[in-house]
Amino acid sequence: MNVNMVSAINNALALSMEKDDKIVLLGEDIGKDGGVFRVTDGLLDKFGEKRVVDTPLSESGIIGASIGMAASGLRPVPEMQFAGFMFLAFSQLINHATRMRSRTRGSMKVPMVVRTPVSGGVKTLEHHSESPEEYYSHMGGLIVVEPSNPYDAKGLLMRALKMDDPVMFLEPTKLYRLFKQDVPDGPYEIDIGKASYVQKGDAMTIVTYGTMVPVVKNAVEKHGVSADIIDLRTINPIDEATILESAKKTGKVMIVHEASLSFGVGAEISARVAEKAMFELSAPIIRVAAPSLPYPMPGYENYYVPNEKKVESAIDRLLSS
Amino acid sequence: MPIVDAFDCSIKYTQIMDADGKIDAALFPKDLDDDKVKQMYIYMCFARALDAKTLSLQRQGRAATFAPLVGEEATQIGVAFGMSEGDILVPSFRQHGILLARGMPLDSYFIYWRGFEEGNKTLKDIGSFPVAVPVGTQMPHGAGAAFAQKYLGTGKAVFAFIGDGGTSEGDFYEAINFAGALGLPLVSVVENNQWAISLPRSRQTAAKTLAQKGIAAGINSVQVDGNDVVAVYKAAKEAAALAREGKPSLIECVTYRMSMHTTSDDPTKYRSGAEVEEWKAKDPISRVRKYLEGKGLWNDSMEKEMAEKQSHDIDEAVAKAEAFKPDPKSIFENLYSFMPQTLKEEEDSALASGFWM
Repeated sequence: MNVNMVSAINNALALSMEKDDKIVLLGEDIGKDGGVFRVTDGLLDKFGEKRVVDTPLSESGIIGASIGMAASGLRPVPEMQFAGFMFLAFSQLINHATRMRSRTRGSMKVPMVVRTPVSGGVKTLEHHSESPEEYYSHMGGLIVVEPSNPYDAKGLLMRALKMDDPVMFLEPTKLYRLFKQDVPDGPYEIDIGKASYVQKGDAMTIVTYGTMVPVVKNAVEKHGVSADIIDLRTINPIDEATILESAKKTGKVMIVHEASLSFGVGAEISARVAEKAMFELSAPIIRVAAPSLPYPMPGYENYYVPNEKKVESAIDRLLSS
Repeated sequence: MPIVDAFDCSIKYTQIMDADGKIDAALFPKDLDDDKVKQMYIYMCFARALDAKTLSLQRQGRAATFAPLVGEEATQIGVAFGMSEGDILVPSFRQHGILLARGMPLDSYFIYWRGFEEGNKTLKDIGSFPVAVPVGTQMPHGAGAAFAQKYLGTGKAVFAFIGDGGTSEGDFYEAINFAGALGLPLVSVVENNQWAISLPRSRQTAAKTLAQKGIAAGINSVQVDGNDVVAVYKAAKEAAALAREGKPSLIECVTYRMSMHTTSDDPTKYRSGAEVEEWKAKDPISRVRKYLEGKGLWNDSMEKEMAEKQSHDIDEAVAKAEAFKPDPKSIFENLYSFMPQTLKEEEDSALASGFWM
C-alpha cells in the first residue's frame, strides 16, 4: 500500500490489536473523533469501546492508569494529544514508568507504548510543537523512538507493541501527511535501538532523526556533498555503534535536530564521538539545532526551526574546517 | 424562575466500636465473628510490634529512613480483612500493616527498609503494587489496575491507599475521576492521620471532610472512625461489593499519626503533646482488647504468648534480612527487558573497577 505516516501508524495499531487482545488504546478524543490527527480513525468501530477508550482530560491520570494497567497484564497504548500537554504526566513517566521494573526487580513490568505528536513546523498554537525526546531519554528506563517515514513508523510501532518496556513513540506532526511511501500490507517489525542509513557517502557523517531527516536530505542533495546520513529512529538506547562506524570512516560529524541546542541529543552524540573517535576526526563536531529557548508562537517558528540553508551552511563550515 | 437544588449531598460518619470497646449491635457486621475480631486484634498488635522494631533498627543505623504507622493500625487491618483473597492493593509508603495482613514475607519487608529493591520483589505474589513514595502518584496506578480487572473480568477489586495530604494532589482527583467516569472497581482509602509532615488537616483544605472530595468525582463516599477496626472493616467490605459491580468508592478513615512522619522529623516542633494525649485515649488496639476481654475471649497469658511469638517471628525475619547480600549488578540488569550495549559498557566498567570502592 502507498500510504502516509498517519495511515501507517493506524495500520500498525490495527494489525497488532488483531493479534494481541491485551492491547488497549486510551486517550483524549481517540474514539469517535479518531484522535485530533485522526491516527486512530476507524479503530473504535473495528475494536469497540472496550479497547478504544475515550478518557477524561487527565494526562497524569492517563499515563498513571496505563502504568497500572501494564503492571496488571494489559498492554496499554495511551495517546497524549500533544507533547506539550504531556508534561503534566512527566512525574508518572519519570517516577514510575522508568522504575517499576527495577524497583520490583523484574516482577512487575510496564509494557506500554505512549504515542504523541511532536515537533513543529505546522503553524499551531503554543505548546503544540515541543520536541521532548531528550527529557525522556535522560533518566534511562524509557525507550524513546521517533520515526521519520511511514515504513519505519509501522515497523517500529509493531516492534514496540511486543516489547516488555515502556516506549515513548514520538510522531513528528509535520511528517504525518508530508509524503506517502510504499509500505507492506502485512505485519513486519523494525528493530528498536538500530539506526538506519538514509544514504551513504564519504565526506561527512550527518546524524539526525524526525522532522530533520527530510531537511537534511534536501540540504545534502542541493549542496552535492557526499555524506552518510544516519536516521537514529531510536533516541534511547542510542545506536552508538552505527554512529561511530560512520564517524571513523568520514572523520567529520554533524548532528541535526529540531529540539533546542543545549544539553540535548546532539550534545550526547558529540560527547560519545569525542570520547571514542576523537583522534579519527579531522574537524570539530558541529551541532545544528533550534536556539536554546522555548518554541515560539507560530509567527516566529520559521526563525526557530532549523532549515535547509542552516544545514547547508553547516556543511560548508564542516568541509572547510 | 425559582432557584432549585441542582445537587444535594452529605457525608455519613460511622463508628461501630467506641474507644471503650462498646459496640453498636445494630451496626455490627453479621459476618464478623469472634474469631475474625481476634485475628484482627492479633494483626494490629503485630503491625505495631513490627513498627516498633523497624524504628529501633533505624535508630541503630540498621534500617533506612522509615515511616511509622503507629496509631493507624485499625485503618489498615480493617481494610485488609474487608478485602477478598485475590483483591489488589496499591499502597503508599506507610502501609506495612496491611501488607503484613495480606501476607507480605517479613524478611522482604526488612530488606526493603534496609534500602534494597529486592524487598519489593515478592509483593506481586500477594497482589500488591510496590511502595510508592511520591505522594498521590500511586492513585492512578490503582485506577489502571482496576481497569485491568474489569477488562480481564477477574472480579477483583483494587484498594488504593492515600493520606490526608495526598488528597490535595492532582493525581488523587484524576484517579477517582477516572474510576468514576469509566466505572472501575477501585476503592480509594484515605488514611487521614491528621498530619502531612507538619501541616495539620485543618490547613490542608477548607473542605469539612476529605470524603466529600469523592462526591465531586461522582463516586460513593463515606467517612468512618479510622481507629475503629469494625467500622473500617464494614466500610471496606461494602465498598468491595460495590466495586465488583463497577461502582468505585472512597472511604475516609479518620485516624491519627501517633508518631513522626518519618524517622527524619521531630513532631514536637509542630504539634502539641496535649493533642497526642487526646488521641491516645482513642487508641485503635486497646478498644478491641477491652471488647475481647469483655467477651472472655482474651487474657494476659494469651497476650504474652502472642507478643512472644510475634517478637520471635520478627527477630527471625530481621536475621534473614540482614543476611541478604545485595548484588550491585541488579541496579543495571533490571532496567529494561534487554541490555542496551551502551548501558552494558557502563556496567562492565563499574564491575571491572569494583565500583571504585
